[in-house]
Amino acid sequence: MISLPGLKHNTGKTLMTHAVLLTYTVIALFPILVIIVNAFKSRKAIFKDPLALPTLDSFSLEGFEQVLGRADFGLYFGNSMIVTLVSLFFVLLLGAMAAWALTEYKFRGNLFLAVLIAMGIMIPIRLGTVSILNLMASLDLVNTLTALVLVYIAQGLPLAVFILSEFIRQVPKELKEAARCDNVSEYKIFFTIILPLIRPAMATVAVFTMIPIWNDLWFPLILAPGESTQTITLGVQQFIGQYVTDWNAVLSSLTLAIVPVLVLYVIFSRQLIRGLTSGAVK
Amino acid sequence: MADVKLSNIKKSYGNTPVLHGIDLDIKHGEFVVLVGASGCGKSTLLRLIAGLEDISSGELCIGEQQVNSLPPAQRGIAMVFQSYALYPHMTVFKNMSYGLKIAGKGKDFIDAKVREAARILHIDHLLERLPRELSGGQRQRVAIGRAIVRDPNVFLFDEPLSNLDAALRVKTRVEIGKLHQELGATIIYVTHDQVEAMTLGDKIVVMNQGRVEQCGTPLELYQHPATRFVGGFIGSPKMNFIDGKVAAIGSDHIEIQLSNGCRSRACVEAGDLKVGDSVTLGVRPEHIEERSDAGTLLSGDVSLVERLGEASFIYMTLGDGTEMVVRGSGESTVTTCERIEVSFAPHNAHVFDSNDRALRRLKPGNVHSTAQLAQLKAVGQETL
Ligand SMILES: Nc1ncnc2c1ncn2[C@@H]1O[C@H](COP(=O)(O)OP(=O)(O)OP(=O)(O)O)[C@@H](O)[C@H]1O
Ligand SMILES: [Mg+2]
Repeated sequence: MISLPGLKHNTGKTLMTHAVLLTYTVIALFPILVIIVNAFKSRKAIFKDPLALPTLDSFSLEGFEQVLGRADFGLYFGNSMIVTLVSLFFVLLLGAMAAWALTEYKFRGNLFLAVLIAMGIMIPIRLGTVSILNLMASLDLVNTLTALVLVYIAQGLPLAVFILSEFIRQVPKELKEAARCDNVSEYKIFFTIILPLIRPAMATVAVFTMIPIWNDLWFPLILAPGESTQTITLGVQQFIGQYVTDWNAVLSSLTLAIVPVLVLYVIFSRQLIRGLTSGAVK
Repeated sequence: MADVKLSNIKKSYGNTPVLHGIDLDIKHGEFVVLVGASGCGKSTLLRLIAGLEDISSGELCIGEQQVNSLPPAQRGIAMVFQSYALYPHMTVFKNMSYGLKIAGKGKDFIDAKVREAARILHIDHLLERLPRELSGGQRQRVAIGRAIVRDPNVFLFDEPLSNLDAALRVKTRVEIGKLHQELGATIIYVTHDQVEAMTLGDKIVVMNQGRVEQCGTPLELYQHPATRFVGGFIGSPKMNFIDGKVAAIGSDHIEIQLSNGCRSRACVEAGDLKVGDSVTLGVRPEHIEERSDAGTLLSGDVSLVERLGEASFIYMTLGDGTEMVVRGSGESTVTTCERIEVSFAPHNAHVFDSNDRALRRLKPGNVHSTAQLAQLKAVGQETL
């Protein structure tokens, strides 16, 4: 009976929380919805009533036809995929390794490195754009996907290290010690014991890392604006002209661009299972 | 052969010393139990032997080899952690076989080994499960199984049974005892449980604040505690201590004037004690009888009676405020607030001098101390 007032209070609180979250979701999803809805309408219908759903009359795939008809669209798409996946792979691998080293081993400069990485979270990488461009120019990497991958790895690493350290610290130390008694090498401990256990955290980091990379316009524009290295966000820009904008094409390509991230997100979110370590200790 | 020899092992964390020079000699096949109050360094000692922690100074030998700087895997040890430490994402079979796989053993060999260990531990039917699908006792056995398959020379157990319920604990305790006989390996075992320590150990090592207080067979520690700490630590409920002063010294006993006014006899060797020296008298609860004619008479008020069925623990307060516990019979009719008289025989008394060292008992129970055994042997050889 004592808990009843607390319970009531909690229901109220839960309702409030949900109301706030729902409102936020609607606000956040609305523009995306508008994009998707209008991608399936004819040009006239888009301007007549942007918020209306496509009807039999106004339904049209002309935007998609235009986008898919152009050969380079596939190229942009591929570029985006390559850049995102390669960066993601290295951010996760290097991030987890750095997090493991920083939390598990005591060595000179450990704290210094940790602080340096933490600073990387606070200082946006775009502040260094000019120097990055200089650097890439002297490395002869301008207009290559490598340039983008390198920059995105640098951009994603600090947060990845930070989050993964927290999770690695929670892996019971007895597990590592048991493995050491089993003669498992430090690399094997990392790959066969630590990595599987922090999989949920890796998935979280993957989502956080992937989306800004996929959506980025800044660095592709500056580092790789060449015809063969454009990413999808940059590619879309060609439909936006100073005088005329091909809204059908823009909206359709944006709609198409949502699909891969959505798929990746679904894959990762299935890993976000909690309680993976249950059964390890006690 | 895997004798374990520790010589003057010291360990400090930063500037905090935790172990202050441990000397221990463990023979091959011996079951050694480490006991001691929480925080006295038992786990630390075990981890030093395992190689999970660096030894600050001293020498550790396993077999003939000095192993101070060898990594855990090369020491021929297997450790069973208090928290089991099973790999949560691997099945029981994988958990048990992982070490062998890393060692590059053949598939058939691994399979045979794991199944054999599983059979000994009665977990054959669980091999395909994940740790989270097991009960505490089953996890415990998997953890032991993981240690067994590697055929270590030395097993290290850190409070392996402390997470189990009472019934399972007894069962697993018996199994560990059998296992020791079956495997014939050296076992070093940390526990807080008196019964585990007394029943499993060939030898018990009592530790106190980073030092070995006493080391001996279970009965030796029970009958000849070398210090007041050991006297109080071994045995449950704890030994009763009553302060007093030496009143007279006889040839085979001393007389002590107790703080509550009574005078007691104790069959111990006086050594260099003098009349008037302050001493502490120790009597175990089970040696105090609920009658007044066994020897030294004590009277006091009962403050609490715990009835266990087979016995009753009677807590009483003596005239001067000293608290005591008496193990009375299960049928005892004593009730709280009653005034009772109890007594104990002089040969059951322990006496500790002002430095808390025990005086040698002259009429102990059925077991002699190591020193006495040596003496008897010497006498025997002379007469031959
Ligand atoms: N990593 C560490 N850093 C500093 N001090 C430590 C560390 N590990 C243990 N200690 C200290 O060493 C002492 C002994 O610890 P240990 O774990 O060996 O105790 P224990 O005898 O196993 O106790 P328990 O019975 O509670 O398990 C304790 O005082 C503890 O605070
Ligand atoms: Mg401990």
